[in-house]
Amino acid sequence: MSDPIELSCPSPSTGYERVVLAHGAGGRVMQRLITDLFIAAFDTPQLHRGHDGATVELSPPIAVTTDAFTVTPRFFPGGDIGSLAVYGTVNDVAMCGARPAVLTAAFILEEGLPLPELRRIVESMAAAARRCGVRIVTGDTKVVEHGQGDGVYVTTTGMGTVVAKAAIEPASVRPGDAVLVSGPVGDHGIAVLAAREGIEIETALRSDAGPVHEAVLALLQADLSVHCLRDPTRGGLASALGEVAQSGGHGVRIDEASVPVRPEVADACELLGLDPLRAACEGRFVAWLPARHAARAIEILQASGCERATTIGEITSEHSGVVVLRDGAGGERILDMLAGEQWPRIC
Amino acid sequence: MRYVDEFREPARLRAAVEALHRVTTRPWTIMEICGGQTHAIARWSLETRLPKGLTLVHGPGCPVCVTPVEVIEHARRLAIDASVLLCTFGDMMRVPGTGGDLLAARAAGADVRVVISPLDAVELARARPDATVVFFGVGFETTAPTVALAIEAAHRLRLPNFAVLAAHVRVPPAMAMILDAPDNAVQAFLAAGHVCTVEGTAAYPELVRRFEVPMVVTGFEPLDLLEGLRRAVLQLEAGRADLEIQYERAVRPEGNPLARAAVERVFEVTDRRWRGLGVVPEGGLRVREAFARYDAEHRFGRPPAHVEEPGACRAADVLRGRLHPTSCPEFGRGCTPERPLGAPMVSSEGACAAYYHHRRIQRHP
Repeated sequence: MSDPIELSCPSPSTGYERVVLAHGAGGRVMQRLITDLFIAAFDTPQLHRGHDGATVELSPPIAVTTDAFTVTPRFFPGGDIGSLAVYGTVNDVAMCGARPAVLTAAFILEEGLPLPELRRIVESMAAAARRCGVRIVTGDTKVVEHGQGDGVYVTTTGMGTVVAKAAIEPASVRPGDAVLVSGPVGDHGIAVLAAREGIEIETALRSDAGPVHEAVLALLQADLSVHCLRDPTRGGLASALGEVAQSGGHGVRIDEASVPVRPEVADACELLGLDPLRAACEGRFVAWLPARHAARAIEILQASGCERATTIGEITSEHSGVVVLRDGAGGERILDMLAGEQWPRIC
Repeated sequence: MRYVDEFREPARLRAAVEALHRVTTRPWTIMEICGGQTHAIARWSLETRLPKGLTLVHGPGCPVCVTPVEVIEHARRLAIDASVLLCTFGDMMRVPGTGGDLLAARAAGADVRVVISPLDAVELARARPDATVVFFGVGFETTAPTVALAIEAAHRLRLPNFAVLAAHVRVPPAMAMILDAPDNAVQAFLAAGHVCTVEGTAAYPELVRRFEVPMVVTGFEPLDLLEGLRRAVLQLEAGRADLEIQYERAVRPEGNPLARAAVERVFEVTDRRWRGLGVVPEGGLRVREAFARYDAEHRFGRPPAHVEEPGACRAADVLRGRLHPTSCPEFGRGCTPERPLGAPMVSSEGACAAYYHHRRIQRHP
């Protein structure tokens, strides 16, 4: 039985205003956190059963992916760590050519994290999951001592049924394939950097964090041979193209002027000495498919909400593993992956 | 973006390349001094569009590259001191000192923060009275003013826990040193536009006269660079040696008086060792005696003894323009941005990194 005083408290879990070690200790305080916050927000039959795990009905073959999320700041223009943890994993399932169906979520909470902040994050996850039509079916919570973590880390695992008819992988990419991107690149990376460093830029930068699976499924359900899909997260477009080129053993030629970059992102990058093509996206994807299918694919993407989807280049048989960028004046250079992190330059 | 897009416009670029070809009848060797310009030259593949015989030599204008190993090691040792919080521009994080880089020091527990402005380091000092906040002040005339303002801000706030490890360098004395070398091949300079935005052009007429070398203060967009080269070639072809300002939209002959005054109040000119060049007379800035309490060298002592470069790295030849980055035997083999042998491969403005990132499919002719 619950203590009636606790029931009248606006924040869940026994009246604490912040995460305490007891929230992860396995007792009644933890139970209340799980019931009042996580299960109430995610509201799926599997969670209401109160079991240690969940059973789900998925037809094979099944795609599975997992991703750990840590971001500073936890709330940024256009999203937060919660929505990011849902969209990131939903998008990774979609990149396997699958329809995302279920997620699991594990939280590592740092002692001292304000509970209203945790509630905001969890409710944002629930809203993102509803938007994507996926269910969060099981999860876990651990609490680490103050100073042992950065507020909250979220790990999500996603599963879905594969709908692609052929293998979606770098090895399927062929010379002559067209390379498409679903929208402007670099929004997330630059928005988060600006929020973290307190850089005020005239136009508001917003993260592009969002789901791409509907657009991907529309592509896969049309009669098109999609060879590969990749979401350009860390390392941005440069890493997505470079990784696939190296794994697939082909070269890429990109027409720089055709890569969509929002003016406010381009401006911020100029000021800070950063490259939008190396900045993270969280709501975009790159598709590789035969050039003859490119026009139709762009129509489908544009009809699925990716208004600025466009062809940005082609696959070549020369310069295996290398991405070559052609500028508007006919010059060519390499679009290299980052060695480490991208830092604002000295002067 | 205004003042950027029009300086990258393809039709104008093509026209500027043609204009440069029209005025060039003989072979010439021109040095762009600034690493930002080197980066732009590689980024826009300008070298592949030059007239035959026109050679660009990439000068030592990358602040990360010219900071001696022992100074980086000094910063690293300060960082691992538990009472010190070291603030630095991001570029310095991955440049190895003799005991490793700052990224590794941070992983081992050192408190190292990347800041965009030195004034952020002053804020940190105010927020963290328990730590001594040391700002690693590297850079040319362009970064010195904000570091000077940071020292003055700390002084105004009477912060006892803020200091600057000053490794600032001055460009004109290094240009004189390059021109003075017996094997110098540089016939004209593109002077660094942003350095002149701050410092003005007062230092250059004497260099132009003494060495009879054309000097064109040039910007950083591809159109700027092509126009700067065209003006330098015009002078060379006509046998003239004058000072010209191509980067008129940013540079006034008197520079930025406020910035110059701030530097003058806080710093004084000193001889300084540049990595790859040796000791450059009057080639650096040090904190004035009046602000000694904000001078990390005054508080923590001098850097460790001078360290010679590891054998395989030919940074010295690259920084003097004697060796093209892609002609180095280690380029892209023993030396890459992931495992750099020397600083020019680390910094985004280093000549080796610029070529590695943008141009390694073509070997230099």
